[in-house]
Amino acid sequence: MHDKTIAEISAGLQGRKFSSVEVTRAFLARISQFNEELNCFITVTEGEAIADARAADERIAHGTAGPLTGIPIGHKDIFCTRSIKTSCGSKMLDNFYSPYDATVVSRLQDSGMVMLGKLNMDEFAMGSSNETSYYGPVRNPWDLTAVPGGSSGGSAAAVAARLVPVSTGTDTGGSIRQPASFCGITGIKPTYGRVSRYGMIAFASSLDQGGPLSRTAEDAAMLLQAMAGFDPRDSTSVDHPVPDYRASLDDGVEGLTIGVPSEFFDQDLDSEIAALLETTIAEYQRQGANVKEVSLPNVGFSVPVYYVVAPAECSSNLSRFDGVRFGHRCEDPDDLLDLYTRSRGEGFGAEVKRRILMGTYALSAGYYDAYYLRAQKVRRLISQDFHNAFEQVDVLVAPTAPSVAFGIGEKTSDPVEMYLSDIFTIAVNLAGIPALSMPVGFVDGKPVGMQLIGNFFSEGRLLNVAHRYQGVTDWHLRCPNGFE
Amino acid sequence: MDLSIEDVKKISALARIEIEQQDIDGYVRDLGGILGLVDQLNSAETDEVTPMAHPMDQVQRLRVDQVTEQDQRELFQSQAPQVEAGLYLVPKVIE
Repeated sequence: MHDKTIAEISAGLQGRKFSSVEVTRAFLARISQFNEELNCFITVTEGEAIADARAADERIAHGTAGPLTGIPIGHKDIFCTRSIKTSCGSKMLDNFYSPYDATVVSRLQDSGMVMLGKLNMDEFAMGSSNETSYYGPVRNPWDLTAVPGGSSGGSAAAVAARLVPVSTGTDTGGSIRQPASFCGITGIKPTYGRVSRYGMIAFASSLDQGGPLSRTAEDAAMLLQAMAGFDPRDSTSVDHPVPDYRASLDDGVEGLTIGVPSEFFDQDLDSEIAALLETTIAEYQRQGANVKEVSLPNVGFSVPVYYVVAPAECSSNLSRFDGVRFGHRCEDPDDLLDLYTRSRGEGFGAEVKRRILMGTYALSAGYYDAYYLRAQKVRRLISQDFHNAFEQVDVLVAPTAPSVAFGIGEKTSDPVEMYLSDIFTIAVNLAGIPALSMPVGFVDGKPVGMQLIGNFFSEGRLLNVAHRYQGVTDWHLRCPNGFE
Repeated sequence: MDLSIEDVKKISALARIEIEQQDIDGYVRDLGGILGLVDQLNSAETDEVTPMAHPMDQVQRLRVDQVTEQDQRELFQSQAPQVEAGLYLVPKVIE
């Protein structure tokens, strides 16, 4: 059961080959068998899951089920879930039981999906390795001494180890794609505004976007179908029709023009990763696609732009955690200022504090023009580079990460070194465009991902192009040793 | 650009975050490293470029001025560290 895709589980449920309760119990058993070792889940909601599975079975029996009804899922613990602990990986919210559901959660609940629990993540989604979580690091099922990537590390590792068939994640600078790459699965960051941010705890509001993590592009298409769409509760949600993503999966790639940005394929790229990407591009050529070299001249500024914009927005967003209305409060405050400073000093971990301080500095009197304003201007240049490229090509390819999964503890001493692990993913968030990561091979026994990047609202095309590759390869179906 | 210990103390006061004395040197070093990374922006050509606030340059959507939310004070206050008579309690501000 645990090796099935959600397309297969859906067919089995509709064909009455098994019930949602049976599927749910099978995955709950996987979680109790492996979670202690991997630390993917912060909260397992076994009781609620069985009740939801029973309700799903009734819907299936009454003929009112949709394609996702009865299928288990895990949510990144950044999505608010009513009456269920929503920690965001932080001590600050260790005692927080959200009074409402995020739109993503309620949409998937309405579709009949069965939530198995809340998945581990870097604290407030700030990290590239899942090591900043208050709940401890997640282990990569391909190598238990390696990180799963981050910030959606629990979401990616749980799918790779078959503890859940699919999961939700969020991506501010690569937090869906980089862990998908490190764990050998598929993940897509949709266009900014495609998926509602309501109830998704904010980190950097102009960059944050939720999306699915799955083994196959087809599963990602099914999940995104239910997640996407206009939400009046999110003021940045875009009112744009959601196409049938699954219907276009099999479209041919003949005549598709794939752009290869020279800046991503320079001499600094690991040669074994470069070779796997070249093989993948050659497969698309074999299927009739054209390849064209393009240039993104300002993309090298992405990481510095991001480390102004994201901390600035984070320092503003995280000001709401003040120890007054919810979350951690220090013991016996002397006065109001002491209540604020100690509650925040105790509740936030080191990386979150670093980013709040960096953002506070960048926005403080006298520095705004030099940092935030300048970064927003360079952000425009990066965005224009992509627009220029999409006048010549349909999709771009890029590495997802500069390396395979690195060791736990290997990069924790130098924040800047950790930040550079997102060097290939950040530009996409700055431009607001969609990108997908899919597995294209292995180096040293660990998975390598490749990005497909498209113009605004081209999620259907990206899923289609990934699906065409997955139809003739099996990297996305490989299972880590010990988790078969 | 390098920060001093005094700079970090000032920023942490602005951010309302208490930093333990023994951790300050670490923040001075790490924030200096991040600023070193950010200084690369100085070599970008940004004259005549309009700052980008939103990927699609959308404007704020307006809604009808109607009450859509219900009063859920008790539910929300069930999450608060300290409440009394429907009010959030904090240390005394005015003597």
